[in-house]
Amino acid sequence: MSEQAGRREPDGVEALYAEAGQWHVNAGGETIHAKRMPGRWRRIKWLTASVWLIFFLGPYLRWDGRQAVLFDIPHRQYHLFGATVLPQDFWMLSLLLLFFAILLAVATALAGRVYCGFFCFQTVWTDVFTWIEERLEGAPAERRRLDRAPLGPRKVGLRAVKHLAWLAIGFLTGFSFVAWFVDAPTLWWTFFTGDASTAAYVAVALFTVGTYLLAGFLREQVCFWLCPYARIQGVMLDRTTLVPAYDERRGEPRGRLRKEAGGAVQGDCIDCHQCVAVCPTGVDIRAGQQEGCITCALCIDACDAVMDKVGRPRGLVRYASLDELEGRSTTPMRRRPRVWVYTTILATALAGILYGLASLDAIELKVLHERAPLFVRLADGSIQNKYTLKVLNKTGEDMQVRIRVDGPPGLMLVGADAPLLARHGEVTPATLFLRLSPAALADESLPVRFVAAGERASGETLRTERESVFIGP
Amino acid sequence: MAENDPFPGEDNTGHIWDGNLRELRNPPPRWWMLGLWASILFVVGYGILYPFWPTADGYTKGLLGWTQIEEYRRGVAQVEAVRAPFEERIRGLTAADILADPELTQYTVASSKVLFGDNCSACHGSGGQGNPGYPILADDYWQYGGTPAKLVESIGQGRQGSMPAHGEILSATEIDRLARFVTELKSGEPGAEDGWSLYRAKGCVACHGQEGDGVVVRLPNGDVITVGAPSFRNGIWRFAPGGYESARYTITHGVNQPGRPGSREAVMPDFGASGRLGEQEVKKLAVYVHQLGGGL
Repeated sequence: MSEQAGRREPDGVEALYAEAGQWHVNAGGETIHAKRMPGRWRRIKWLTASVWLIFFLGPYLRWDGRQAVLFDIPHRQYHLFGATVLPQDFWMLSLLLLFFAILLAVATALAGRVYCGFFCFQTVWTDVFTWIEERLEGAPAERRRLDRAPLGPRKVGLRAVKHLAWLAIGFLTGFSFVAWFVDAPTLWWTFFTGDASTAAYVAVALFTVGTYLLAGFLREQVCFWLCPYARIQGVMLDRTTLVPAYDERRGEPRGRLRKEAGGAVQGDCIDCHQCVAVCPTGVDIRAGQQEGCITCALCIDACDAVMDKVGRPRGLVRYASLDELEGRSTTPMRRRPRVWVYTTILATALAGILYGLASLDAIELKVLHERAPLFVRLADGSIQNKYTLKVLNKTGEDMQVRIRVDGPPGLMLVGADAPLLARHGEVTPATLFLRLSPAALADESLPVRFVAAGERASGETLRTERESVFIGP
Repeated sequence: MAENDPFPGEDNTGHIWDGNLRELRNPPPRWWMLGLWASILFVVGYGILYPFWPTADGYTKGLLGWTQIEEYRRGVAQVEAVRAPFEERIRGLTAADILADPELTQYTVASSKVLFGDNCSACHGSGGQGNPGYPILADDYWQYGGTPAKLVESIGQGRQGSMPAHGEILSATEIDRLARFVTELKSGEPGAEDGWSLYRAKGCVACHGQEGDGVVVRLPNGDVITVGAPSFRNGIWRFAPGGYESARYTITHGVNQPGRPGSREAVMPDFGASGRLGEQEVKKLAVYVHQLGGGL
């Protein structure tokens, strides 16, 4: 043993073990009871979180006698105020996804995990759940005491009320989600009389349980271990990104506040741990930007309050970029090319969506030119091309649609004598032929334009057209 | 070991080597372990309910009795349930009746695409564009008639052309003259007088008609009777590649002559009488073929 003791390297291995002891991996072993402090960012957080009221109240908006926003999956129709979007218009969805994906990237690149800290449902719901917890069970210290206390009538009562409240919020969340897909006022009736669809009950059940578990129990564990976005943000941040950060040069060396002057030189950080106490994910912002930080800025409120108390300037923890903290020069946002590139992409996607919504036709025509054969020579020598026309009727009524064609002189349309009955909400196919004498065939391929026109019961004429080609030998 | 742990309070596993190298305890979170156990339980339940374990002569069937083929059959039954009302409606109708109703035509065309692909497109092409030796179905020239009734007949009972080989009957000069003559007709010429007289004298007229248009008898009501011999008047060749050489070959060797090597083959199998397709399917195919581009 003495020999072994002689081989020990106190600074090597032991230092590693000492460090391992400090590595605190938050794996949900103990519940984080974050302290709630009033402040500027706390107010902003409530404001941004209230965006989610749209989720709860939106389904009750009415427009033209029906739900303003209704994703009618059984009928494959999506009502957005005045516009009706059919699966055929779903190219707009890709633009919408592009818009939000870029928005997320932009926000993260410029100001860190703004979404995580202020808008994410996980953050917002957890915030509301812990708010309820605080109202019922008291401040963090009391909550910890209650956690440790044996099960008694008081604890059982408090816990029962808390879990019921959580489940109620979970239920409302699920119910509001389903209400976007069916008529909301009707759902309130059918859901409780047992007449709603199985899918509705399953969805509400899943949401209730999911919300209860995720916001009630998993909380910051979701951000640490489940959420992919939390993990990819590492590559989205850079030196110029504004994030809540601790000004190390001002704060260090940290140390407890001493009444009398003198002694060693001390930074502004009084090591009061308030920034850790308020953190909903339990990280220490003074260790720098890290995976656990959702940039909710609550530590800024906490630190500012302390700085006010000890009479030092605010902003020891503040929104700052790494460049700024290290004393490098910083460029204002409007002068950074990246801001403009991102803005351009966002504007393009938005313009595409707006154009799409504005140019939604009530009837739509697709023309498929037959490829096998591209053309045939008929007995009288003329050339015939075959086309499959698909008329999509997005209105709420059946309609007689007439087809005509614009093209080179002498072009004959065959098969369109009778109008086509286009049933509402459906695609009606029709096979048509174009004939042209070889003499009139100026080129191997000639442009033609099919025009479909129908009349609504109101007398309004709907018209749509589609380019195609006439192909000859 | 743990009793004399020289590093108390560190939560190591008690495995210590060389007096200072020890294994620290770092278990996965409880929710993670719960997930692991839940998934193991799921597998147990799945193994009981669904086909799972291989056995010497097969596999365990599972309590639910689920099989892939059953799922497939249910899918097929669903399609048939959707089609049933339409099939019922067209059962009593003729191909011409179906073509008079746009909705039924749409249904028949959509549901016959597979029939056409399975039975017809190997020779006539996926869109009826034809193949060398196999007629085009997308044009409006029909050797055996292009009315719905005639199409039902052609599909249901098949067709077999016949033309004697003239290699030994006619002289080389005559064959040459006739081949040039029909080629001229095809390209729209009125035809030379000596060509016409040879055409009539050698009996071509009996099948290919007085006008060389394949019409044997023209009835007063406008209908025509053919024997399936092609017309020389419309620029559409029965055998590829068409033209003088092709015509000379056909005249020399004939069509469907048994025992004659090199004879042209022109056989449409019968799909109805042979039992390959039912009456309803033949009818639907006739509608499908009719709308390919040239139904009369």
